Parts: sequence; structure tokens; C-alpha cells
Amino acid sequence: MGVPTIEFPDLKSIPTVDQVGVEERAARFQTRSIKAETKLSALRLAVTMLDVTTLEGADSPGKVRQMCAKAMRPMPEDPSVGPAAAVCVYPSLVRVAAEEVEGSGVKVASVATAFPSGQSRMKERLAEVRWAVAEGADEIDMVISRGKFLRGDYRGVFNEIVRCKEACGEAHLKVIIETGELRTYDNVRIASELAMGAGADFIKTSTGKVQPAATMPVTLVMLEAIQDYIDRTGRKVGMKPAGGISSAKLALHYLVMVKETLGAGWLSNEWFRFGASSLTNDLLMQIRKQQSGRYQSGDYFSKD
Amino acid sequence: MSRLSINKTYKLYIGGKFPRTESGRYYELTGKKGEFLANVSQGSKKDFRNAVVAARKAQGGWAKSSAYLKGQILYRVAEMLEGRSDQFVEELRMEGRTAAAARKEVETSIDLFVHYAGWSDKYPALFSSVNPVASSHFNFSNPEPTGVVAAVAPMSGLLGLCSVVAPIMVGGNASVVLASSERPLTAITFAEVLNSSDVPGGVVNLVTGFADELLPVMSSHMDVNALLLCSDDAKAAAGAREQGAENVKRVVVKPDAPLEESPYHVMDFQEIKTTWHPVGV
Repeated sequence: MGVPTIEFPDLKSIPTVDQVGVEERAARFQTRSIKAETKLSALRLAVTMLDVTTLEGADSPGKVRQMCAKAMRPMPEDPSVGPAAAVCVYPSLVRVAAEEVEGSGVKVASVATAFPSGQSRMKERLAEVRWAVAEGADEIDMVISRGKFLRGDYRGVFNEIVRCKEACGEAHLKVIIETGELRTYDNVRIASELAMGAGADFIKTSTGKVQPAATMPVTLVMLEAIQDYIDRTGRKVGMKPAGGISSAKLALHYLVMVKETLGAGWLSNEWFRFGASSLTNDLLMQIRKQQSGRYQSGDYFSKD
Repeated sequence: MSRLSINKTYKLYIGGKFPRTESGRYYELTGKKGEFLANVSQGSKKDFRNAVVAARKAQGGWAKSSAYLKGQILYRVAEMLEGRSDQFVEELRMEGRTAAAARKEVETSIDLFVHYAGWSDKYPALFSSVNPVASSHFNFSNPEPTGVVAAVAPMSGLLGLCSVVAPIMVGGNASVVLASSERPLTAITFAEVLNSSDVPGGVVNLVTGFADELLPVMSSHMDVNALLLCSDDAKAAAGAREQGAENVKRVVVKPDAPLEESPYHVMDFQEIKTTWHPVGV
């Protein structure tokens, strides 16, 4: 990953999005026929792309520890499955998670900047980022101020992201643009350009707290923004759809879309992640189905 | 000018909806003289899997609803069957019954639902017990639904189907039923009755197709808790028991004929839970 050049995007050169075209194109990725062997390897790949997430008020150290154990070895009887890419928690639980996954290669991601609304002073939001990094977070998932964005203060949003990136230091920055509140694909495109221009390492669709969360068309718009950004600057940016991807089948559709939009180079957890909590078990169930020929039951997989 | 007749498309019944088979396959049903009756969906393994997902989703809520409500809903099914009895008689005749036999079968089916509606709040009382134990515990046992039940209905048609669906349903289970492949017409019409009788979507799912193809998936599916197989094929039954062993499935095998009215058919898909409650000092 090259050192990003901080540059406010030329808003006039950002193309508008053809809504009907994007939705039809996204729907077409769902019609690919994926055969058994390919399916199994895609399912295994998807497990390694998981940001196993818990962002609830009821989260406790115990729950996070259990989740970390599952992220490190998703299928206890088969060590060749996984590990997941990262665990994603609130800042107060970063230390617990970091101690738990130490040495395993699983990263710790933390949401910050007054997640999920972003409605707080910049001072506190930046302090939260620094705190999470100090606690041991490898990756920071920030939220942009959608209020600012929607009233047209693009420069303000851009500056926010730049300052968060500085506060991150060595940690990677994922920028959540919360597509469910941006209303149009054009806004999604603009927000993606702002985030990448401001130095984001990843752009991420949603917090998971707002409906609709990640959808295939919205992810496609962001993937195309990434493609154009690379063509322009030569810097690669990662993509993380989050929220609403709960079935293995849908996850495979996303992989097809990434492959056909950005190429096979993106089929790694360095550049593509799923933010999900319930997707893990469905992937594991489908893997075991492929291996055993039996349709599986949630009763035989740990809940967290 | 004669009017163009509108033929019904017989689809599946999954999760309270009437989808076509995912596989796109159909088989032709013919009458006694070889005349064309209808195209019937040939359900696939994936259809069955989708139905199990729908059943699993619906089962918890159905089991929790009160015995009174379950009884009311079964009675409602009987009411709706009564209202549409002519249509069922007509379809049974198309499938080769005489008028009198068809009428009799429909009436018996309606009565059967009334019978099981009555059992709804009685079988738990009848099959529960307070057990004498040699310690200071209040010890009692009561039946609870097994969960998701897959069933292969008898070949005989409407009565066979009803005699399988009603006891499983009144016991608080969700079911996925493979209808008779020889007489599937009334099965889907029966699904329309269920659909308009306040039966929550997913509590009963009906798939048409062939047992040869679907039985292995039905018996091996890990999320199916019990299997009712109405068949005289001993080899198929042995295979189902073997496959079902993987998740300790309750496998019940009955002859290929409508089940008699009996609360013991309800008990086939109940688990007995015993509670030890400390009493005294």
C-alpha cells in the first residue's frame, strides 16, 4: 500500500451513477452458476475475509473472548478453515480482544468517532480513535458525519477523515459512509471519493445500525469508485460491505462481483472484508454441507 | 364462441407462499383414460431445504401459541375445507374416485380436523403425569413438540394427507410434507385452505414430487427433528432410519394408508420433559 496523497477530489469530474444500470448489473452477478469445488474454495475464502463483529450495548469481555476464539478457529474440528480476518468491537473491549488474538494473525478492528451516528465534537471523536489505537486496535472503523455531508459540507467531511487518518498513526483506517443514510448512488459515489482522497485504507458501506445496510448495487458503486481511483492515482483501496449479508449464498455473489469488477487481485482479506455477525455460521454450515452432503442445522454450531 | 378454460398451475406451498419448484421440473398427471389432468411441480432437494428453513422459522412461534388458539385454527381449517368441499370432490373424481367415495373422503377429512382440534388442549393433560419419587421433589412430566417434522404422506390422496398433517400440527410442530405423487392435486388445493385459515406461514409446508428422490434428503437433513414415513417399502424405511441416525432423528414408519384418528399419532412427535422441583425444607 503506497503512501496516500491527500487530495480533495475534483467533484466536477465525478461521474453520475446510472441507477437502473447499476441495479441490473448487480442483479446479474447473482445468476452465475458456481459448481461444487469452486463453491467450497469460495466459502473457505469468505471465512478468511470475515470481520467477525459484535457491536451491542450488551457486549461483555466474556462474549468478546468467545468471539475471538471462534474467529481464530471457526471450525474446531477442521483447522484448515479460517482464521477470520479480524474481530470488530467497541473501543472499551479492544484490549480484551487484542490480548485474546495476540499472535494468531487475526487483527483487531475497533469502531470509533462516536459510532454509529458520528454526532459528537471532533475533539472527542479523535480522542476515541487515539484511545482505541493505544488499547491495541490494528484497524479503526470511523463513521463520517452524514449530517455534514447531506448539507453539502463535503470539505468538512473530507477534513474529518484526514484528521482521523492522522490520529490512526500506523493503524489502518476504514471509512464508513453509511450508505443507508446517503439516499442516492451519486452521494455514495461522492462520499467514496472523499474518503479515498482523504487517505482511507478501506471504504465501508454501513454501520449495520441503519436499514438498508450493504446491498449489492451500493457495493458495486463503491467498487467502481475504487477502480477509477486506482486508475487515477495508482493506490489500491480496500472494500468492506457490512450489515445485511447473512447468507453464504449472498457472500458468494459478492465475491463474484468483486472478481468481475476489480479482478482476482481483490480476492484476499487484505483488500476485501465482510462485516458480519451471523454470516460466519452460515458459511461454516455450507462448508460442512459441501463436505458431508447433509444439510446442516444451527444446533450443531456455536452461537457466538 | 366457447370460453377458453383457465387451467390451474399446481405449485408448492412453502413458508405461506406458493412458489414454483426451484428446479423448474414438472411431471404430467393423467386420468384413468390417459387424458391430461395437470402439470405438477416435481419438487427438488433445494425446495425441501427451503421448506425446512421456513418450517424452522415458524416452529417456535407455533409451539408457543396457546393450545386454545391451535385448536381454533385447526377447527378453522375444517370450516374452510367444508366451504370448498365441492372443489375437493371434483379433484378427487378427476384422480379416479367415484362420486360417492370422493364425497365420503372429503367429509372424513373435515371430521378428522375437528377431531384433532379437540385434542389440542386435552392431549397434554392426558399424557402428562406427576411422578412419585423417593426424594423431596415435586416431579412431573409433560409432552413438548419435537420441532420440525418431515413427512411422506400416504399415496391415497386428501384423507391420507390430512391424517398426517393434523396430528403433527396440533402437537406444536412445523412440518414439511411430501404429498402423494399419484394424487397430488388435492394437496395443493388443501394448501390454499391452510393459507386462508390463519395457519401461520411455514407451520405446514407442502412439496410435491417423488419419494425416491427426496427421502434421502429428508432423512439426512440435520435440521429435521423427526420423520414420518407412510410406506410399505421396508428397504426405504431401513434407509431412512440409517440416515436419520446421524442427528438421532425420531423416525416413525407407518403403512401406506391414511392414519386412523388417535391422540397417539400426536404423541409420536412429542418429547417428554420431566422436571424435578425441590419441595419442603
